[in-house]
Amino acid sequence: MQSPTQTLAEGLRLPTNGLDYAILAIYFAVVLGIGFAARRSVRTSLDFFLSGRSLPAWVTGLAFVAANLGATEILGMAATGAQYGVAVVHWYWIGAIPAMVFLGLVMMPFYYRSKVRSVPEFLLQRFDKSAHLLSSVLFAFAAILIAGVNLYALSIVVEALLGWPQWVAIVVAGLFVLAYITIGGLSSAIYNEVLQFFVILAALIPICVIGLKKVGGWDGLSGSIEKQHGGDFLTAWGGTGIGDANPLGANWLTIILGLGFVLSFGYWTTNFAEVQRALSAKNLSAAQRTPLIAAFPKIFIVFLVMIPGLVAAVLVPKIGTPGSDLTYNDAIPYLMQELLPNGVLGIAVTGLLAAFMAGMAANVSSFNTVFTYDIWAKYVRKGREDGYYLNFGRLITAIGVLASIGTAFIASSFSNIMGYLQTLFSFFNVPMFVVFIIGMFWKRASMKSGVWGLLAGTTAAMVNYFWIYKQGVVDIPTDQGANFVSAIVSFVAGAVVMVVVTLFTAPKPEAELAGLVYGTASPGLADDGTEAGDDAWYRKPALLGWGAVVLAAACYLPYSL
Amino acid sequence: MSELHKEVSELERASATAARLFDIRRIIGGLFVVYGIIVTIAGITASDADLRKAEGININLWTGLGMLALGLFFLGWLWLRPMAAPAGPPPEDA
Repeated sequence: MQSPTQTLAEGLRLPTNGLDYAILAIYFAVVLGIGFAARRSVRTSLDFFLSGRSLPAWVTGLAFVAANLGATEILGMAATGAQYGVAVVHWYWIGAIPAMVFLGLVMMPFYYRSKVRSVPEFLLQRFDKSAHLLSSVLFAFAAILIAGVNLYALSIVVEALLGWPQWVAIVVAGLFVLAYITIGGLSSAIYNEVLQFFVILAALIPICVIGLKKVGGWDGLSGSIEKQHGGDFLTAWGGTGIGDANPLGANWLTIILGLGFVLSFGYWTTNFAEVQRALSAKNLSAAQRTPLIAAFPKIFIVFLVMIPGLVAAVLVPKIGTPGSDLTYNDAIPYLMQELLPNGVLGIAVTGLLAAFMAGMAANVSSFNTVFTYDIWAKYVRKGREDGYYLNFGRLITAIGVLASIGTAFIASSFSNIMGYLQTLFSFFNVPMFVVFIIGMFWKRASMKSGVWGLLAGTTAAMVNYFWIYKQGVVDIPTDQGANFVSAIVSFVAGAVVMVVVTLFTAPKPEAELAGLVYGTASPGLADDGTEAGDDAWYRKPALLGWGAVVLAAACYLPYSL
Repeated sequence: MSELHKEVSELERASATAARLFDIRRIIGGLFVVYGIIVTIAGITASDADLRKAEGININLWTGLGMLALGLFFLGWLWLRPMAAPAGPPPEDA
């Protein structure tokens, strides 16, 4: 959710030695090994694209959180911490947890029971082909774009830290991702994400521990921060009254509605790169628990990115200003260089590279699914036997990776165009949530209302961003704040247009809505694949979900009072 | 609706993942035990410069031991609760 286009300062070269490279080499070998070992489990296209809908919840849950924990997210959120202070917690506690819980408790039964294999396929079932094709094509483009931008960001970091030329990093990382997904499919991608999750923890925890000690513990840290940036820097809500000035450029209302409601629900509940992990779970209970299990690590990961950000802000008071050659994105690489001895340094480099590759792999493994099932099998080559689509899936995976390698090279010469394109695509994501929520809860919402809701919401977000904000019609202090407002405007516009279009067009026949809309009986209701032990209290989705919400709310207390 | 249901259910029955996919706990356990040993040794043999850089904390030693513990946890979990044989729902007809 962060714009990852970044430049790293010169002079961040890490003092890596043979030990660090050995650790890195072992990891690359294991990544490939997982791909080859997963190969024998791929018999059908469903195995390749959705792991045969058979993975346990803890695996899909950790993959769910890891798919989002790409390196652009880690570096970007540490940067947000260095720039805005404790306010970065909003992206986690209000900007992720409620949406993840909503996905698990409310939406997952519709997704999983309907047996759709992708998010666009749900739109096809619920609305019509125009909504389906629009969202499929946009998703496919966006996934390649993001994978390419990830690869480009990786090459910048690797060049700065290890001294490899950019093109070497792009090609090597791209080919590794290509190999392990083409061979092992989604199982391979998910298993590598689970592994990456633990490696990135092993990388971030030492940075936080040493960093905190260096600035004199939390007390030393907060003392120095308060002197430099004032007390609001250490509170979640300080200065967010409506009309108050704060570095985020947003007030409590736009934070809650824009970030917490529209943006985060749109991302977490309709982004197929995330939802795919839950759809690969082995039964409904496991699918529901996927985002709920992910919510608990998500609550605490913010400390692992915020603390390095704050520590960097103390150690380099001028970070991110013209007075320093370090940008906000350099926070974590800078601390790696300053604090980590060889050994742990190798783990940290491995964790960062693993996170870049996982971020890319999540996009590639969702791209190939949408392209094969939603575009190729529905509009180009229909009704072939399953083996054809499996082979096609492998081919399109390779093509997708090569396309993102190409995108990465384009990004390296035109990085501002890439940033612009990313902003553009982000506008298409916003109205997805309104279309889903109305589609899932209002039976009457007509077939045509889906595509019009998507178009209207997108247009409204763009008009708000490019005209009302950029032309200064209404004064919004920052891009970030404008994003939040655009999201709210887009949601409202999409909802209004859906209602109006519905009033004038034909509803979907009720029989075709079974299992897709609240209040209809699901045909597969008897067969949720429940297993012995799924009724244990610690596997109850409601308890897990509400537990996560309460915990996230409790985490706010120390930073709000 | 029912067509999709039928298609996916058929694919689920023919799927080989549940029966043939290896257990990730073995990989996590193995990798973290190896990493744990390597990094712990780096901690035991840490130089004064290493210690000074890490604010006097022997970070390699602690991280190594932590990773070793995580690796052993996964291997122990695997040993105590091996993956259930793919008996599960009605016998495979693939």
